[in-house]
Amino acid sequence: MAENIQFIPGSDACIEGALYAGCEFFAGYPITPSSEVAEGLSKELPKRGGKFIQMEDEIASMACVIGASLAGKKSMTATSGPGFSLKQEGIGYACMTETPCVIANVQRGGPSTGNPTHVAQGDTMQARWGAHGDHSIIAMTASNLQDVFKMTVEAFNLAETYRTPVVLMFDEATQHLREKVVIPEPGEIEVIDRIRTDIPVGEQYYPYLTDANGQRPMSDFGAGHRFHVTGLHHNLLGFPDVSPENVNELIHHLVDKIDSKANEIARYKEYYMDDADYVIVCYGTTTRSALQAAEDYRNQLGIKVGVLELQVVWPFADEIVREKCANAKAVIVSEMNMGQIVREVRRVVDQPEKVYFSNRVDNQIIKPADIKAALRMITGKGV
Amino acid sequence: MESTGIVFTASGGQGVITTAIILARAATIFEGKNAIQSQSYGAAARGGATRADILISEGNLYYPKVEKADVFVALMQEGYDKYASVIKPGGLMIVDPRYVTPGNMNAKIVELPMYDTVVKEIGKPIVYSVCVVGALIGMTGICKPESAISVIEDAMPPAFFDLNKKALEVGITLGKDAA
Repeated sequence: MAENIQFIPGSDACIEGALYAGCEFFAGYPITPSSEVAEGLSKELPKRGGKFIQMEDEIASMACVIGASLAGKKSMTATSGPGFSLKQEGIGYACMTETPCVIANVQRGGPSTGNPTHVAQGDTMQARWGAHGDHSIIAMTASNLQDVFKMTVEAFNLAETYRTPVVLMFDEATQHLREKVVIPEPGEIEVIDRIRTDIPVGEQYYPYLTDANGQRPMSDFGAGHRFHVTGLHHNLLGFPDVSPENVNELIHHLVDKIDSKANEIARYKEYYMDDADYVIVCYGTTTRSALQAAEDYRNQLGIKVGVLELQVVWPFADEIVREKCANAKAVIVSEMNMGQIVREVRRVVDQPEKVYFSNRVDNQIIKPADIKAALRMITGKGV
Repeated sequence: MESTGIVFTASGGQGVITTAIILARAATIFEGKNAIQSQSYGAAARGGATRADILISEGNLYYPKVEKADVFVALMQEGYDKYASVIKPGGLMIVDPRYVTPGNMNAKIVELPMYDTVVKEIGKPIVYSVCVVGALIGMTGICKPESAISVIEDAMPPAFFDLNKKALEVGITLGKDAA
């Protein structure tokens, strides 16, 4: 069969990925530059028996997504800027109730209304810590549209596997540019479906009991098993329980189920890393310019620059980043913010003093020249 | 691997983004190359100067905007004034003299009366953007005419196929004559 090659914008790559992963429900409230995801799914989901709801605001749409997921449907929303802030309460509820869902956050300039139509990566820490209270979460990103597709599929897979919200940290640039995407045949990329309990209806089912496989199988809410869902600290049945012993166990579980699996959850790409003397650590759109800078330094100066692209940003892959940067003379972290992941890289590498920072916060895509300026400062040579 | 960068500018509604997408699709889907298309994006009213960028290469493409354009196509004076400096020294600049009076640039400036030709030979300005595709193919050979026809067949309304094909041919002839 001929390959299904498409020339589409990033928003369509996200939509195609969601449909490939089996997304059946979208609730959202349009906001630039994420609106194309909602618009596309409003057309595609009903054709396939899915549901699309435009809610009255971002808070309601997040709640709606959580409800749909508890009822058994793979669910997502998409938002940007202030919309992502509004969703944080719901995201915290999804963390606490261990409800799988996917939130595409198409980043734009902030804080506040900021710059609705231009690119930024200022929400990186918000994805990790936007909801109050101790919790962990998964956040992913991509630098090209083939990977936007793939990471969207994987976001649904990870949401189901770890019973957690997963944030897709895309941005205005990747969502609006068009490039080639090869849509895989069904089965080419694994799709993980909801892990459901095999306890018969009528028997006691514990929604928060870990089984021998380390999973907490779910039961579609309303389908027969009786259980409770609350944002309060809760016991194995889901009923409120604020006893110190229970709370301690619950918080440890919420954090450990993700942070202890950081190496398994990690998705990253290495370019020219085998012999790299200098390593650029980046994620999302910045990777594109990092690759150009690395190739120019290698081809024109013979200086061995490598690129480590993080596709899962949270949980931060401490051990992997430490290991990949161990032999580098210097590490450059490139972000379109005032320095968010650079702190993580400095935290995990053996010599934090060898970590440099290259950024841009004028809502323009970071240029190869921006990263080359850092390389020039470090190596003393420029191209 | 060398890439070719083309920047288009026009008034919102002239269809220049369609022009860019047709060329980039043709290169990607029908010629196996890599291409990126992007456009200016902002809170602009209809009629403002829009800009569309495409990069085409046999190799990998990274930074998605054109930093130095091999070809600059201007269909609007405001856009010309705003973006003309993107042209590479000695690059090719195509303007429609109906809308643009080019300045003194270090580039090969070609004035192609695309709009007037479309009106004269086809009578429907709606196919202007496809005529621009043809003119670029005629002047630069950026892609094969058949690839552009395949995109038109594939992605544009069937009822307009003959009209679009004719507009493409008109553009190719204009471009070839000026090359």
